[in-house]
Amino acid sequence: MSEAIPNPEFESLLLRALQPVDPPERLSERLEQTLTELTDLAAEELDSWELSSMRDPRNWVRPVVAAGVGATAGTALVILRVRAKNKRHRSNSTDILELAERTLKDVADEARHLLDR
Amino acid sequence: MDKAQLDAKFSELYRAHLRDVYSYAYYRVGNHHDAEDLTEQTFLQAYRHFERALAESNGRPLRPWLIRIAHNLAANLYRDRSRKPQTHIDDTTTLSATHTTEDLVEGRDELARILEGVKQLPDDRREALIMRFALGMDNREIARAMGRTDGATKVLIHRAIKQLEGIVAVEA
Repeated sequence: MSEAIPNPEFESLLLRALQPVDPPERLSERLEQTLTELTDLAAEELDSWELSSMRDPRNWVRPVVAAGVGATAGTALVILRVRAKNKRHRSNSTDILELAERTLKDVADEARHLLDR
Repeated sequence: MDKAQLDAKFSELYRAHLRDVYSYAYYRVGNHHDAEDLTEQTFLQAYRHFERALAESNGRPLRPWLIRIAHNLAANLYRDRSRKPQTHIDDTTTLSATHTTEDLVEGRDELARILEGVKQLPDDRREALIMRFALGMDNREIARAMGRTDGATKVLIHRAIKQLEGIVAVEA
């Protein structure tokens, strides 16, 4: 480590100044949750799906997202975010078609958001 | 290697290097908000390309690859914003969050001057010092992360330290 460093005293100061920074707890929790979910979420979405569920438009978003964009990190993020929004919409929606329309719009918005990042 | 094994290996990589990636991101972008985003995006990108990286690494450590992803994402961040970091490294927060009481009592001013000097270095020199001192990477790892030869990296670090010494001396 000292091969390129001419002044050991200054190296010691640099070591003290540039100490590693611990990530905030919230970041670790968020990342671990996302990484855990994305490892199996898309597969689960398709494997556990029953065709009878398709009669209810409130469920359309899940297979559409899982099948449409593949089992990538982006997929998992889309699913997680749309699920959260879907949950909020359900409590506010009185019309099932309105809910389906909003949900599909959320999928498109989230996918676009990820592509833009 | 099946999916479960791959995920287990990625999990190991994540646990081993979360702090490295976050430290790099923090010193690179200068604030916690962007550092969190950069760290998250780095691991998500890494996950997408992990199988290929593992196959091509031939058993070599993957930390330089992770840091290179973070480096590229940070470069994109600046390019998108067409400017330098929005906020500079918050010396007060960094010093209080990462240094011992003894450090603070004995040399707060000196450490703050060094951090200030690091910010003034050209990007490649600053990055090399972050990798060397905050992450403890050796020349070979830094060379891989920066896409340079070992020799060029050694020279880069040497010049970065000399320049920083000069900056700190003037400020003192």
